[in-house]
Amino acid sequence: MTDIIQTDVVIVGAGPVGLFAVFELGLLDVKAHVIDILPRAGGQCSELYPEKPIYDIPGFPVISGQGLVDNLMKQIEPFKPGFHFGEMTTGLEVLGDAVHPRFRVTTDCDKAFECKAVLVAAGGGSFQPKKPPIPGIDAYEGKSVHYSVRRMEDFRGADVMIVGGGDSALDWTLNLQPLARRLTLVHRRDEFRAAPHSVNAMRALVAAGAMDLVIGQVTAVAGADGAMTSATVKKADGALVDVACTRMMPFFGLTMKLGPIADWGLALAENLVPVDTEKFETATPGVFAVGDINHYPGKLKLILSGFHEAALAAQRVHRYVYPDKKLTFQYTTSSTSLQRKLGVA
Amino acid sequence: MVTINFRAADGTLRTVEAEPGSTVMEAAIQSKVPGITAECGGACACATCHVYVDADWFERLPKAEPMEEDMLDFASDLRKTSRLSCQIKVAPELDGLTVETPARQG
Repeated sequence: MTDIIQTDVVIVGAGPVGLFAVFELGLLDVKAHVIDILPRAGGQCSELYPEKPIYDIPGFPVISGQGLVDNLMKQIEPFKPGFHFGEMTTGLEVLGDAVHPRFRVTTDCDKAFECKAVLVAAGGGSFQPKKPPIPGIDAYEGKSVHYSVRRMEDFRGADVMIVGGGDSALDWTLNLQPLARRLTLVHRRDEFRAAPHSVNAMRALVAAGAMDLVIGQVTAVAGADGAMTSATVKKADGALVDVACTRMMPFFGLTMKLGPIADWGLALAENLVPVDTEKFETATPGVFAVGDINHYPGKLKLILSGFHEAALAAQRVHRYVYPDKKLTFQYTTSSTSLQRKLGVA
Repeated sequence: MVTINFRAADGTLRTVEAEPGSTVMEAAIQSKVPGITAECGGACACATCHVYVDADWFERLPKAEPMEEDMLDFASDLRKTSRLSCQIKVAPELDGLTVETPARQG
């Protein structure tokens, strides 16, 4: 475990609402660190619909998912939040008394934070790799089945099978092909949505006999004690072929799973975190929830509602973090003090 | 209104009324049909509204756009009649359309 990071607030989730919370907290001089399992900011906006237009952000007749995220990142720049991408927030521990606790937040990358309040802006939960529908695949996960590459050397000399037809599948095909004893790419159709140059490079390797491409779906795997030996692929014509495979990497995109939040004692109801509509505080004092993850009577899962929730929650977070400081309500249009914080005065 | 039938993997049949112009996914979500997740809300970005269209209906549907084919790569347990229900527009000629929901989405 590295040094513990001390901060006012840890924000769980770097989607649009988590990002805007940085802004609202920043205006009130509350410092924040933001943790997200994805390798970049934006949450669903960046991951699910970066190029799709959004029509109901106030003041923007139309803006793309990525456009909104880019704007938010620019807007919160003056507050220099700490970003921790590619990490899943795993633990939330209450420190001190139950009435006004502090918190220790930990991630799956062995990072630890000590903070005065926690703002959960986790949307639909964490994005995790989708598992392929192969019976018994769980038994091989971690040993023979990998959803990401931690050490490329682990693939040296292995019979590698990559399943999928997107950029991740093609990139890893090209990266691991030189290391593998034999590499087989399996995809359900002979069309790929990956970058054309990667597809061309893959086809050249196939033509040169340096790797195999099988069009079909993996239906079964064989092996023992987590060590895979082969996989059965059902080809488009129904024929079954067995392919030697000691390391398999399926790339079926990401799916949202609630994840560790379920264990944080937040009195979840139908996988959502109940909050009040004044403070957006959860069942645990000092833990707040905003955006798609929370629930209250009349809740609408809209980005604009999340922004409103972040503004109100920030007021209460400030009072929780700095109980002795007086808070004066100010407008960014007229307050020199706010404008100084934004670096425009 | 147009009638759409959803058959679950266990054979349970649910019949819902859908408005022309909406999508089969929207009809399922509005009537809380189990087996349709629709994580992305209809942006053709997640493949969690995957259905198997009954063979006789499959031929009568407009063909999937390349975007839908790309997203189908991410669906589980694909069959020849696999479609994403967010990309099937409800129209009067689809009255009686029957789709099967897969055992799992994502």
